[in-house]
Amino acid sequence: MIAELGHYALVLALSVALVQATVPMIGAWRGIPGWIGSARPAAIVQCLLVIVAFGALTYGYVTSDFSLLNVASNSHSAKPLLYKISGVWGNHEGSLLLWLLILVLFSGAVAVFGGNLPAPFRARVLAVQAMIAVGFTSFVLFTSNPFERLLPAPMDGRGLNPLLQDPGLAFHPPFLYLGYVGFSMAFSFAVAALIEGRVDAAWARWVRPWTLAAWCFLTLGIGLGSWWAYYELGWGGWWFWDPVENASFMPWLAGTALLHSAIVVEKRDSLKNWTVLLAILTFSLSLLGTFLVRSGVLTSVHAFATDPARGVFILAFLVAVIAGSLTLYAVRAPAMKGGGLFAPVSREGGLVFNNLLLSTACATVLLGTLYPLFLDAVTGEKITVGPPYFNMTFGPLMVPVFIAMAVGPMLPWKRGDLLGALQRLKFTVLATLVAMFLTLALAFDGPWLAIPGIALGVWMIAASLEEGASRIRLFRGPIAESLRRLSRSSRSAWGTTFAHAGAGMVIIGIVASSAWQVEKLQVMRQGESQAVGAYQFRFEGAVPLDGPNYAAVRGTFHVSRDGKAVAVLQPESRRYENPPMETTEAAIRTGWGGDLYAVVGDPTGDGAWSTRFYTKPMIHWIWIGAFVMVFGGALSLTDRRFRIGAPARARNAARRAGIAVSTASK
Amino acid sequence: MLMTVIRGLIICFCLAGSMEQAWAVAVDTPLEDPVLEARARAIHKQLRCLVCQNQSIEDSNAGLARDLRILVRDRISAGDSDEAAIGYIVERYGDWVLLQPPIKGGTIMLWSAPVVFLFFAAILIFVWCRRRSGPMATEASPLNADEQDRLNALLDDKDQA
Repeated sequence: MIAELGHYALVLALSVALVQATVPMIGAWRGIPGWIGSARPAAIVQCLLVIVAFGALTYGYVTSDFSLLNVASNSHSAKPLLYKISGVWGNHEGSLLLWLLILVLFSGAVAVFGGNLPAPFRARVLAVQAMIAVGFTSFVLFTSNPFERLLPAPMDGRGLNPLLQDPGLAFHPPFLYLGYVGFSMAFSFAVAALIEGRVDAAWARWVRPWTLAAWCFLTLGIGLGSWWAYYELGWGGWWFWDPVENASFMPWLAGTALLHSAIVVEKRDSLKNWTVLLAILTFSLSLLGTFLVRSGVLTSVHAFATDPARGVFILAFLVAVIAGSLTLYAVRAPAMKGGGLFAPVSREGGLVFNNLLLSTACATVLLGTLYPLFLDAVTGEKITVGPPYFNMTFGPLMVPVFIAMAVGPMLPWKRGDLLGALQRLKFTVLATLVAMFLTLALAFDGPWLAIPGIALGVWMIAASLEEGASRIRLFRGPIAESLRRLSRSSRSAWGTTFAHAGAGMVIIGIVASSAWQVEKLQVMRQGESQAVGAYQFRFEGAVPLDGPNYAAVRGTFHVSRDGKAVAVLQPESRRYENPPMETTEAAIRTGWGGDLYAVVGDPTGDGAWSTRFYTKPMIHWIWIGAFVMVFGGALSLTDRRFRIGAPARARNAARRAGIAVSTASK
Repeated sequence: MLMTVIRGLIICFCLAGSMEQAWAVAVDTPLEDPVLEARARAIHKQLRCLVCQNQSIEDSNAGLARDLRILVRDRISAGDSDEAAIGYIVERYGDWVLLQPPIKGGTIMLWSAPVVFLFFAAILIFVWCRRRSGPMATEASPLNADEQDRLNALLDDKDQA
C-alpha cells in the first residue's frame, strides 16, 4: 500500500513537472504574472511529492518488504539498519530516485530561498529545472521503476553487495549526487540567462552560491569515495582512474573552472560567453557521468546493445539536453558583449590560464575515459586506458595550474606585474627552497621527483598563508590592527585561502605517500616478525570470528618501533553469505607521520597466512586536504554577499553606501 | 559508486564460481630471490586485473588477479625476460590487459590529444585576446559611475520582484 502511494506520488510529480516546465516559461515570455507565479508552488509541490515517493521506498527497505522487487533484489532482513537505508540508493532504480530527489530539493530551495531573483528569471530557472525533472521522472517511471511488485514475495532478499556495506560508502552517493545534481542549478541559471539574453555581474552573483555548494558536495563525495577505496578495495590504492571515478571527476574539473570564471563575470563583467558555456558543459558532464554509469556501456558495449532500453533513454535525454542548450547558446551567445578588458598578466589573465588548463585536463580525462569505447565501436580493437596514461597526461597539465595558483590571488585586476607579485611572495619562495633542501637531505634515497613534488605542495600552502597574512597586514603593524582587519575581511577571500592551501595538502599527501611507501608481502606463521621500514610487525595469530551477516578471520599483529609498542592491528578477511563474496578489511592505524596498513590474506593450509604490510607516510593529508578545501568552500558560502536569501535590507544599505561613495567622489 | 556495484557484481560472479578453487589454489607467495620478485612486482603493476575497472593485478584483491600474479611469478622464475613475461600474458588476453595503451595506429589520437587540445585552446584564447585588445584600458580602477549605476539598476529591478 505504502509502495503504491509512492508510485502514485511519483506519477503526480511527473504531471506537476510537466506543468512547471511549460506554464512559467510561457508566462515569462508573455509577461503573464499568474503564470509566472505558478513556478514557485509547483516546485514546492513537486519536491514534496518526490519526498513522499522516496520515503515510501525507504519504508519498504526499512521494513524489509520483499514483495517489492527492488527490495528483494538488493536487501536482506539480516542487514544492519544503516545498510538497509543506504541500500535504497545502492542499486540502479533507487539511486535514480535519489538523483531525482536531490534535483527537486534544489528546485524547492530556489523556490523558497530565491526571493532575491526577479520573478520572471526565477520562473525560467524553475522551468528549466522542471524539464530536467521530466526527463528523470520519466526515466524512473518507464524504465527503472523501483515500486514494481514481486508476487509471490520471497522469504528473504538477495542482499546488498558487501563492498557497499560500509559507512564511508553509505554516505558517498548522496554527497556525490548533491554535487552532480547541484550543477543543474548552474545549468538552469545559464539557460534562463540565455533565454533572457542577459548575463551580468548580478547573474554571476546569483549562480555562485549554488555552484559553490555543488562543488563542496562533489569534493566531499569524491573524497569519501577515494577514502573508501583506500581502506576497502585492494591494498591501499585510493584512485584508479576508473571510468566511474572519472565520471565524477570530470564535472569536478569543469565545475572548478566554472567557479573561477564566474568570478571574472562578477567582478569584471568579462568572460560571459565562456562562463555560460562552462555552466552548460559542467552539467552535461554530470549527465554524461550518469549515462556512463547507468547504461552499462562501461562494462561492455555489447551489454549495452543487448539491453538497450535504459541506455537509449539516457542517451536520447543526454543528446536532447546538450544539443538543445548548445543550440540556444549558439543563437544567443554572440549577442552578449563582453565588458572589462585586461592584460595577459592580471587576475583575469590568471583565471583564464586556470580555465585553459583545467578544461584541457578535463577534455583529456574525457577522451581517455571514452577512447576504449570509441575504438571498440569503430575498429573492434580492445584496449585499456589505465592509470599510466592519465598520470602521464593529466599530471603535467595540472602542474602549471598549481604553480600559478600561488601567484594568481596576488595579481591585481586588469593589469598586474609578475615580478611584483613574486616579490610579495618572499616568504613562500624561501619556504619552498627550504622544503626542497630538507627533502633532498632527508630523503636522498627516494625518487628524485619527490623533491619538486613536495616543493610544489609547500609552495601552494605557503603562498595561501602569505596571501592571507598580507590581507590582514599580519606582522606588518600592531596585532590589534590585524585582528580588526581579520574581522572585517571578506569570508570568500578566506575561502580561497583555505581551498588553495587544501589543494597543496592533497599534493603533499599524494607525493609523500607514493614516493616513500614501504611495502612487504610475505607468508607468516604465528610468532614470526617482519620489518617494514622502521617498524616491526609481529604476527600473533588468526582466529575465526562471526559478524552479523558474515564470517571472518581476524589476524592480530603487534607493531613496534625501536622495541616500543606502537599499535595492535587486527585486519579481517570476511566472507559474506548474501550474496556470497569475500572482502578484505584492512587494519589501518593513522599516526602523525602517516598510516600503518595491514592485510591478512589466504591461509596456506599448513598454519601460515599470506600477509601484506605497508607504511604510507602522510597519506592522510590527501583527505585532510580535501576536507580543508571543502571547508574553504563552505566558508566562502557563508560570506554575507553570497548568502542565499540574505536579507535584502543589508544589500540595500550596502548599495546606498556605494551610491554615497560614488556621488561623493564626483 | 557504480564502480563498486559493477566491480562488486563481477567479483561476485567470479567468486561464486571459483571460490572453492580459489581457496585451494597456491597462495600469493613472494619469490625467494628479491631481484626476481621485484621484477615480477614491476610487471604486476603494468597488467590489468581482468575483473576490475582499471585496477592493476598488483592492487587488486580479486581471485583472478591473484592467479595472474602467480602466473607472472612462474614465468619470471622460469627464466622469462620482462618482455617475454608480458608478451606471454598479452598473447592470451590481448592489448586489453596493458594498463598503458601501446602507441600504435589506433591510439595515436589518444596520445596526441592533450597536446592538440592545449594547442588549439591556446590559439583560441590568443585570437580572442587579439580581437578585443583594441583600446586597452590603461588605468586599473574599480567600477566607474556608469557601471555602478547599471549595477544599481539591476539590483533595483531585483528588489521589486
